[in-house]
Amino acid sequence: MTLIATESLTKVYGGEVTALADLTVAVEPGIVGLVGANGAGKSTLIKLLLGLLTPTHGRIRVLGLDPTTDTAAVRARVGYMPEHDCLPPDLSAAELVTHLGRISGLPRTVARERASEALRHVGLHEERHRPVGGYSTGMKQRVKLAQALVHDPDLLLLDEPTNGLDPAGRDAMLALVQRIGTEFGISVLVCSHLLGEVERICDTLVAIEGGRLLRADHIAAMTSATDMLAVEVSEGTEALAIRLAALDLPVSREGRLLLVPLADQGTYDLILGAVAELDLPLHRLDQRRHRVAELFARRENSHV
Amino acid sequence: MSEPTGVIHDIGYQRYTGPRLGRGHVFGALYLHGVRTAFGLGRSAKAKIFPWLVVGIVLMVAASVTAISSQLGEQIITYAQFADAMSWLVIFFVAVAAPELVSRDLRSGVLPLYFSRPLPHADYPLAKLLALVTALFLLLGAPQLLMFLGAAFSAAGMGAVWDELLDLLPGLLYAGLWAVVFASVGLLIASFTGKRAFAAGGIVAVFLMTTPIVGILSVLPSHTANQLSGIASPPTLVQGVGIWTMHDLLITDPDGPGVDLGPFGPLYALAAVALVAGCVALLLARYEKVAAR
Repeated sequence: MTLIATESLTKVYGGEVTALADLTVAVEPGIVGLVGANGAGKSTLIKLLLGLLTPTHGRIRVLGLDPTTDTAAVRARVGYMPEHDCLPPDLSAAELVTHLGRISGLPRTVARERASEALRHVGLHEERHRPVGGYSTGMKQRVKLAQALVHDPDLLLLDEPTNGLDPAGRDAMLALVQRIGTEFGISVLVCSHLLGEVERICDTLVAIEGGRLLRADHIAAMTSATDMLAVEVSEGTEALAIRLAALDLPVSREGRLLLVPLADQGTYDLILGAVAELDLPLHRLDQRRHRVAELFARRENSHV
Repeated sequence: MSEPTGVIHDIGYQRYTGPRLGRGHVFGALYLHGVRTAFGLGRSAKAKIFPWLVVGIVLMVAASVTAISSQLGEQIITYAQFADAMSWLVIFFVAVAAPELVSRDLRSGVLPLYFSRPLPHADYPLAKLLALVTALFLLLGAPQLLMFLGAAFSAAGMGAVWDELLDLLPGLLYAGLWAVVFASVGLLIASFTGKRAFAAGGIVAVFLMTTPIVGILSVLPSHTANQLSGIASPPTLVQGVGIWTMHDLLITDPDGPGVDLGPFGPLYALAAVALVAGCVALLLARYEKVAAR
């Protein structure tokens, strides 16, 4: 089943501002990263997924349902964590999450049980009975995540879940999101303007820019194709480059390094054989994993 | 030897396969939450002070009226008049409860959490409105019930109790009218600001500032203007409808300074209906806008 599918999805605000333009994308269940700069159309896409906005053109489907017509059915199966502050300071986390669980249609006692379960899963225990106003930013983010989780959705929409967190808090939040996506069996759409963050945890990456789709693919497909071997020798770099080129390896230079695309395990042997034949002092030979960001950067450059 | 109990296992995340309740239940949950909020239940002690002070005052007045009536052996105030006499307390109660119900949610930004759930966006304001109407009706109705019980126990026979009941029912209906008009006006005003102090001030201002207009209209040389003056302010509008529908229950002293509606009684009723309908329509429009943000 497709998790989210859009077809020429376009959203124009007030007839002038185009937030999304002709977006066609289909993603499979799992952890999906939605990246783009501020104003790229991430929040608009989330609101369309929730049925809070109606598309100007095109079609959108979430979990096989149309959020514009089947709004209630979609929202019953989706949990949403907004980007901004959304917690009343005078209520305790337990009260708030219980209340919101009931608004999602859980019976009273179930709502109470699931609220404390959800809070426990995000790492809030005894403090859940204290008013939210006294919580740290990290705890507030956890409460926001718990309220999205309380009614056991099939899809979580997380809008910038690491916003305002320190590095340790970011890591903890990302680990939590990863656990939800893998152990809990709930699909997650993580929005972020920080590519480096989401690429660590997601299976699929959707990048948008200016309301248009930049790229959507499995993260494995994005990185594996471009893994490089970096070779450094203390001397004779030139000779090695010529030698490797003679072996039909598309070699490129980067400072003191020679970069060779990693085709298969045989590439290692070829390089090591060449180094040994020339009797050069090998300084290092390692696999360099290309960051997805570089892919986008290169792509954008080629567009210009 | 019984099996060991109370062992805690970490059973990990549990999927929920039980029932998910429909719109009616969700609306009911939100409504009940609203009624509790209006009286400060489930909130801090500070939030309870004002509502229960007002409740205490109206109940005390009702108890005194009952005591005095039974001593004198005659009714000193009708059930309907009781609502009129308490109008200022009702206004203050609305000025505190309405912002508590809607402004607080606007301020904390919690609304996206409601509107991303399977709750049609009209249900949120309607549940809050119904909650405030209920709270106001309880505030005015409960003391009347107390007065009725007092009168019924000191009544001479079943016939007298029946007469009391026939007096009570219009009184309760009148309390319902107060509740509907004041709740819709108050909630609409409160829904425009996230600052509770502003909302409370705005509500009192609307009820306060319109009173002088009634005063000016009622002393104009035009007889028609005098008779229509009450429409200009919600409290006098409600009184006008009351006087038109149950004249004798509100004006017990025929020589007193009664309010003369002339032939415009139906117009008062129409204006009251239009006011409520207008407020509800604006409230729904307001939340349609808020939901899409």
